[in-house]
Amino acid sequence: MNNSLLWRATKAVFVREVRSELRSRQALNAVALFAVCSIVAVSIGLGPLNRSAELPLIHAALVWIVLLFAAFTALARVFVVEEEQRTAAALRLAAPVHAVYLGKLLFNLVLLVALTLLVAVLAVVLLRMQVKAPTAFAVMLAAGSLGLVTGTTLIAAIIARASSRSTLFAVLSFPLLIPLLVTAVRGTALALAGAGWDRCLAPIQTLLAYAVAMFVTSLFLFATVWED
Amino acid sequence: MDAIELTDISIDYGARRVLSHLTLRLERGMVMVITGQNGSGKSSLLRVLAGLQRPSTGHVGCVTGTQAVLPADARQDIGWMAPDLMLYRELTGRENLRFFADVRGVDIPDAAIVALLDRVGLQGRADDLLATYSSGMTHRLRYAYALLHRPSLLLLDEPSVMLDERGHALLEEVVATQRLHGITVIATNDPREQRFADTLVRLEGVV
Repeated sequence: MNNSLLWRATKAVFVREVRSELRSRQALNAVALFAVCSIVAVSIGLGPLNRSAELPLIHAALVWIVLLFAAFTALARVFVVEEEQRTAAALRLAAPVHAVYLGKLLFNLVLLVALTLLVAVLAVVLLRMQVKAPTAFAVMLAAGSLGLVTGTTLIAAIIARASSRSTLFAVLSFPLLIPLLVTAVRGTALALAGAGWDRCLAPIQTLLAYAVAMFVTSLFLFATVWED
Repeated sequence: MDAIELTDISIDYGARRVLSHLTLRLERGMVMVITGQNGSGKSSLLRVLAGLQRPSTGHVGCVTGTQAVLPADARQDIGWMAPDLMLYRELTGRENLRFFADVRGVDIPDAAIVALLDRVGLQGRADDLLATYSSGMTHRLRYAYALLHRPSLLLLDEPSVMLDERGHALLEEVVATQRLHGITVIATNDPREQRFADTLVRLEGVV
């Protein structure tokens, strides 16, 4: 298959996902509600936190925990819905394998970026999170989100036909995501504390390397997962 | 695609064998009708021919000239419809067909999509959501999905199960047209559809 056909099919899968989501609002509503509820509950539960050296680390951990569980809620849906509504066979017969993966990966990325923006704004407003290095913070969140999406989209395809999908998704994703989360939390804490690029660059590179490794692995494995 | 060759095809579900050692060849222009009781493997055989399921033994070859490829590698040339084939309920009929045309890389103008919807009896419903279609209309859209890319191999599973009398006329027209340029395989127990058969296959073999 040539690249223009692959791109056309990928775009079609992505646009179809966006259109379906805008009409059903299932994933959007679920993640937005989860994000708002989590941050509000944490802000009420913790109250005003004292300024300390650990505060950026606590804020970073809270942000990534909310992102992780919201991702568990939403990112598996792209494949689960195909199986639940039994549209997977029609898609399997018509669409190139890699176009399915890339289209759904792009959709998950857009969804997670929107969710990340929402969580970041809520954390700044409700948790009074101070961002001393905004550019590094944004890049860290973007790189972490990319890693989270590449790490979970393949797992979503694997668990879509299982009966206990939610449990299985968390069980399979969690070990895979631990290195990403540890790096993302530490890197985000550095950005919140205002560390310079010399210190922020290493976690960003690690997050991007993780995303690239997961992306390449997924491209190799997805055909087997999708076809079998 | 000039022909399909089935060689020693068996289909098992666990310990139960539903289809045993089927071997046959179908040439362009032929219609094969598969009959058999419920659970006999008719739909499974169609899924094998579509490349959506692997046979337990044997293989299927889609033959073009002197080359034979697996159905999974010839999907651009295969059209399949079945009662359990679901399309996107949150999209309109037109959007569904446009989506499947785009992922297949089929260049088809919007007017041709509307014409195809008209052909399968969905005049004036192109811009209605699939969720608002009746079961019969949904089944007609499955015809459009299967015919969209003018496949050489057309697989019809229970093609008239949800259709009215006009639907039967649609099936006749589709089979007659397909006979001109490709192969048709129909899985059915409806006696009216068995008359299309050049080759009639029951569970245990070719009759």
